[in-house]
Amino acid sequence: MPVAAGEDLLQRLRAAGPGSDAAAAELHALLLRAARFEIGRRRAALAHLHGESAEDLALQAADDAFVAVMAKLDTFEGRSRFTTWVYKFAVYEAAVRVRRRAWQHREVVIDAEAWLAVGDTRTGPADAAGRNELFAAIRRLVATSLSERQRDVLVALAVEGVPIDVLAERLDSTRGALYKTLHDARRKLRAELAREGHDLEGLG
Amino acid sequence: MIDRLLGPADPEVSCDECFAHLDEYVDRELLRGDAEKAMPAFAAHLRGCPACAEEHQSLRALVTQDAG
Repeated sequence: MPVAAGEDLLQRLRAAGPGSDAAAAELHALLLRAARFEIGRRRAALAHLHGESAEDLALQAADDAFVAVMAKLDTFEGRSRFTTWVYKFAVYEAAVRVRRRAWQHREVVIDAEAWLAVGDTRTGPADAAGRNELFAAIRRLVATSLSERQRDVLVALAVEGVPIDVLAERLDSTRGALYKTLHDARRKLRAELAREGHDLEGLG
Repeated sequence: MIDRLLGPADPEVSCDECFAHLDEYVDRELLRGDAEKAMPAFAAHLRGCPACAEEHQSLRALVTQDAG
């Protein structure tokens, strides 16, 4: 959508009265297009979708994004094009749905103790000796310096690759809260590694 | 694996702040080319959070397609 058309849509959405229904329909169509785009990109993750079609998911995402956009319309400050701002709500709603559907029938087992016990060497055989030493130090610090919650969240997200939205749903938490826990765990590990004299140059 | 365990070295925004500024970051990338320089804590978060990074990639691809 051209920039001017996006700004025109914003004005019509903000103005009550005749034409607002048409503007709302136009907004929903934009959101549906964005949701379909996101779901199309993640089609491989939805190969096993049962009962519910990709189009159902796109519609649900567009509907929820529509509610979010209308609720936040007055907070749009023009730091981006209006269409870019609108699209992000649909992309977010669709992306979260795809991740959760992809893991719908998969059990999330957070077993930090098992990971720490088996001597995981998944840094890869090509890693230099220093990197393996660093990895061993990280594993030791995960076991000794982090809280149980930090350990579980770190292992689930960074080792097991559980999507953060899926973990949030299973732990009755939020993406923001879990990322804060992950962030605190990473800071703690970095601080301890630096204190022990490990070279973290070039990491992250 | 080590990168995923330690995350970004630089200060980063939260997931909520990332969502709040995602549109601004993408438009800065596509229209001005100065996103990473202007919003370094946002860029650091994208290196540490796979979910936000996926959404960033998708929004950028969608807006790029729109422009084409």
